[in-house]
Amino acid sequence: MSNKRRFGTLAEPIIEGLIRVCGFSAILFVLGIFFFVFREGSDFLINKLDVKQFLTSIEWYPDSPSNKRYGVLALLAGTASVTVLAMMIAVPFGLGAAIFISEFCSSRLRETFKIVIELLAAIPSVVWGFIGLTVMNPLIIEIFNAPIGLNVLNGGLILALMSVPIIVSIGEDALKAVPDSYREASLALGTTKWQMVYRVLLPAAKNGLLAAALLGVGRGVGETIAVLMATGHAVQIPDSFLDPVRTLTATIAAELGEAPVHSDHYQVLFIIGILLFSITFVVNLVADLVVKGIKGK
Amino acid sequence: MLDVNPASRIKHPVMFTETALVRKKQRTEAAAKVIFFLMAVLMIMPLLMILFYLFYKAIPSLSLDFLLANPKNGMRAGGIWAPFLGTMYLVVISLLISAPIGVFAAVYLNEYARENWFTRIINLAVVNLAGVPSIVHALFGLGAFVLFAQMGRSILAAALTLAIMTLPVIIASTKESLSSVPMAFREACWNVGATRWQTIRHIVLPNSISGILTGVILQVSRTAGETAPIMFTGAVFFKKISEGDIFAYNIFDQCMALSMHLFTISTQVPGVPVSTLYGTAVVLLGTVLLVNALSIALRVYLRARKKW
Repeated sequence: MSNKRRFGTLAEPIIEGLIRVCGFSAILFVLGIFFFVFREGSDFLINKLDVKQFLTSIEWYPDSPSNKRYGVLALLAGTASVTVLAMMIAVPFGLGAAIFISEFCSSRLRETFKIVIELLAAIPSVVWGFIGLTVMNPLIIEIFNAPIGLNVLNGGLILALMSVPIIVSIGEDALKAVPDSYREASLALGTTKWQMVYRVLLPAAKNGLLAAALLGVGRGVGETIAVLMATGHAVQIPDSFLDPVRTLTATIAAELGEAPVHSDHYQVLFIIGILLFSITFVVNLVADLVVKGIKGK
Repeated sequence: MLDVNPASRIKHPVMFTETALVRKKQRTEAAAKVIFFLMAVLMIMPLLMILFYLFYKAIPSLSLDFLLANPKNGMRAGGIWAPFLGTMYLVVISLLISAPIGVFAAVYLNEYARENWFTRIINLAVVNLAGVPSIVHALFGLGAFVLFAQMGRSILAAALTLAIMTLPVIIASTKESLSSVPMAFREACWNVGATRWQTIRHIVLPNSISGILTGVILQVSRTAGETAPIMFTGAVFFKKISEGDIFAYNIFDQCMALSMHLFTISTQVPGVPVSTLYGTAVVLLGTVLLVNALSIALRVYLRARKKW
């Protein structure tokens, strides 16, 4: 008995120390990700990279034997076009669904919807990519009479379906965070539910809904395998949504396996990784500030 | 006589006639409701249809032999045993790494951390860790584990990468279930002289174990489906292992994985039979959805039993 107690008093500081270390680990991991990705690309980034060419040239010829050029503008355009199209579909639908689930439906229907959405969020991205390849591809060829079905439209649709669950669940949280007294006050004035949603809830939950959209954007920019499989492989700035493109993420996934370790090409892919990390970091930071902004008031 | 009982359902005579304005209001209301309903349904229906289509196309290939046979003939025949087992290895090992760290991190954030800038930074780090693109996790795993720690491309390196990637899932769900334990439970325990850790060990954790478990199961499904983080850290296109032997992999080996296998056979290998493609997709999807359904069922069951 006394032995056990002595063990307890000894073990407690150790366990508490362990808990603290684990608590700080998230910071360590984020810094670690930045450090190691930066470390692999740093030599090229500091000594050889022409930043102006990197960001403004559309010429991505990493394998050219005579004149290697690393311009990511076309890849940025690919990421932007797919993400923008996806958000144009997913944000209105996602927020509309969030409003319906939170305000207009019975509690049983709500539970059903939430479970279905949770399951949708669990579908692996490689399966989405597979759907893009096997289901959307022939559909797009047939409907739009396009030469290939792997293009901005396909990637955008897949990405929209992928990011809708996030937008719905965060949007619903934002609506739920509006106090019920707002709803009661509005309904007591004789408004209909729609007027209440439009005039009271949307302004009150504005920041949370914006954060939901931003996190959807973050997801869209970072998605890899699904867009790799669904957007086709053409490094170009798209003219229409039926053009194939290549995104930043897909480029890394497609080329890292072939680039010799520590070659220029390999290091440039890591620099693209830093670029992606920075974009999503800023998007997440802004989303966080937007949400915390309302709590601060 | 006034009716004082609000629950009574007397039909009141119409007191006001509807004005045009009221009718317009009601029309907008009905339209809004229908539109929002359609939005909710429209994003779910096509998906359910696609999923049924996948299952329908996969039926010819689904059998126990398909699961227990190695891919043969340049992946154009045979089954999915090697990738399936590889995925199991990755899931279990990454779970063993991330579950303790994640649960402890959540305990720290919920039970120890004070409301200050440092805690705010930790929370921000967790949010950001969740937002880091999966391909950047792959780059990190390649730089840190495969090259710097010299693990080489191995199951261990891939599992570590996956563990860090899914850490935020466990932290978030554990934190939520810890914070749902009423403060009074803790205060009662402190009042009888228990220390902070004793309170956590004997009161907080047992009372929130259901929520923690749900988060852990969710992490399993997330890990099983990821492709990008393992592509360059441990998964290979093809590896032959003995069929039916669950200890066929060593953690310093490379392995096949179901998600990677689906990617490979649908984009890199020409001439794979359609039913094999759909079969692989459905096994992956089915595993993930089954695990998720389990987590949801567990949550519903345990919530119904909860006493406070």
